[in-house]
Amino acid sequence: MASLTIRNAFKNYGMVEVLKGVDIEAQQGEFVALVGPSGCGKSTLLAMIAGLESVTSGEIWIGDRMVNSVAPKDRDIAMVFQSYALYPTMTVRQNMLFGMEARGVPKPQQEEAIKRVSALLQIEQLLNRKPGQLSGGQRQRVAMGRALVRDPALFLFDEPLSNLDAKLRVEMRTEIKKLHNRVGKTTVYVTHDQVEAMTLASRIAVMHQGQVQQFDEPQAVYDRPANMFVAGFMGSPSMNFLPAQLVEDGGKTAVAVRGADRVEKLALYNGAADRAGGRDVILGVRPEHIFRYHPDLKNQKPGIATLPAPVELVEPTGAETMAVMKIGESEILGRFDPDEAPRMGETITLGVDMSHACLFDPTTQRLI
Amino acid sequence: MSSSAVAADTVFDAEAANARRRWITARVIIYGLLTLFSLIYIMPLIVVILNSFRDLPEINHNGLIAWPRSFNPIYWYQAWDTYCVGGTCAGVKGNFFNSLAMTIPATIISTALGAINGYILSKWKFRGSEIIFTCMLLGVFVPGQLSLMPWAYLLGKLHLTNTVYGLILLHCVQGLSFTTLFCRNFYVNIPDDLIKAARIDGAGFWRIFWKVILPISPPILIVTVIWQFTGIWNEFLFGVIFTSGTQQPITAALVALGANGLSVHAYNVSSAAVLIGAFPPLLVYFLGGKYFVRGLTQGAIK
Repeated sequence: MASLTIRNAFKNYGMVEVLKGVDIEAQQGEFVALVGPSGCGKSTLLAMIAGLESVTSGEIWIGDRMVNSVAPKDRDIAMVFQSYALYPTMTVRQNMLFGMEARGVPKPQQEEAIKRVSALLQIEQLLNRKPGQLSGGQRQRVAMGRALVRDPALFLFDEPLSNLDAKLRVEMRTEIKKLHNRVGKTTVYVTHDQVEAMTLASRIAVMHQGQVQQFDEPQAVYDRPANMFVAGFMGSPSMNFLPAQLVEDGGKTAVAVRGADRVEKLALYNGAADRAGGRDVILGVRPEHIFRYHPDLKNQKPGIATLPAPVELVEPTGAETMAVMKIGESEILGRFDPDEAPRMGETITLGVDMSHACLFDPTTQRLI
Repeated sequence: MSSSAVAADTVFDAEAANARRRWITARVIIYGLLTLFSLIYIMPLIVVILNSFRDLPEINHNGLIAWPRSFNPIYWYQAWDTYCVGGTCAGVKGNFFNSLAMTIPATIISTALGAINGYILSKWKFRGSEIIFTCMLLGVFVPGQLSLMPWAYLLGKLHLTNTVYGLILLHCVQGLSFTTLFCRNFYVNIPDDLIKAARIDGAGFWRIFWKVILPISPPILIVTVIWQFTGIWNEFLFGVIFTSGTQQPITAALVALGANGLSVHAYNVSSAAVLIGAFPPLLVYFLGGKYFVRGLTQGAIK
């Protein structure tokens, strides 16, 4: 077992800068998710940790060893690929043995490892089958088994669930989480799915354009996104952004939003309340922090601001109902309980939970 | 049975009957044409086979293309063992074995090298590997005749003229472009993740080749072997130029057989010798033909 440290890592392909100074530190036993849209450099970073790609500059440490120039096989890592990359001509058993044979692990130890891992993953009955005879989920298990038998210091996952159908993906996600809890190995997990990152990781590195935008615990990334990119990327449906202004309102600071015919003032709450007025900001509100306003809500939840909004579109999904509402020139999306869902054409009085609202600087797009 | 059903049975459907008649006519025409063309294609082979059993006076009397009036397998024996070619009266068996001794090693070596080349050029790319591949590819398009002079010079320098070894070397080199192209294009379709997984698993260049790549390779290796075997066996120009007499492969010897200086051409012995010479590639094709067709189209539909 070991920790992982990446210091100021750069990667260039010719003139193209893919990674621009990445710093990530994973404690021993931690589960770190690298998440971001395609082309953000997350897979390249993983390949660099694995040693499949060279490091242009910067340092990668596994445990107390700098591994920049160490071959993949000597880094004490195991990797699960999106395509599973099982050796097609070998049986499941041979697939799992391959790495141990290449490393000259003694036979009894090999057998013992196969036994242990196949019991752990419940693939004993598949050992003599070839990958072509397995379903997607089974292949996924075998790919994990192949990584597990070697008992590596570091686990790398490269979008391991993207080839599975939606239902199986959720199942395997739970499996991976259980597995990590049981095995407790340091894990780096690449995904473009923010839900996967949220559910699995102990810390999330949100990447965009070759840089880590934010590296923090899932709830912190969700509640206090470092900038508008992170705010928009994490969470589905994504956060609403409204252009606004900070103003003084009865001795307190409020956010002024241009409504249909007048300016609505939403009082800030808590830490955000004592900011100087007069500047332009972007107000970020998540869809679940918008609801139909009842007077008695004020007692349950402090920091609720209200404003009227005409309803443009209603989309029921069963468990919840999405509604698009107009606030001045902008549109915002709200997530409603079906019992309280607004109707098309109605002008609803919205309650906005300002304790969860975020303010961003319109020029730097950073969280204020 | 209800009355309406009986009525339906007796109704004459003119439309359906016409369609059926048209279908039959079309089939007859298609199969008729196919049969005709296959007869045209197989005719020369049948003539040669028949002539290899006919007595010479009968051939001279009735012509080359005629129904046999005699049957004598002795000419096969003569062609193999006793007929005089270029002053040596031992049939074509020596040349047959020359061809085997040349074709088998040249096929194996060029295929093996092609597989390794393809593996490197697809999975272990390095700076300039694409340029090297392009250069090798040129060999596919350069006609063999162009390389006659360089080979004459090289084989002379190496003291390999008029030896089977010289031809083995020549065919290995000449075949490399094709075998490399075949294997490289096959390996390019194997996902790179497989190689990465094996590298992380601790396997090196050769272990990955033996344990991961080669086991996937039979389709393309069969294609390459058939291609090389028939190509090298049937090759004539290099054989006739760089060897003579007892060192010649069978293709070159067959020509000598036809031009033996005698006034009478022994069509029956020639026919038997030609068939002997054609037998090994045919055998290879019959054994591996279905893999050949399958292998050539593989990757095309993926």
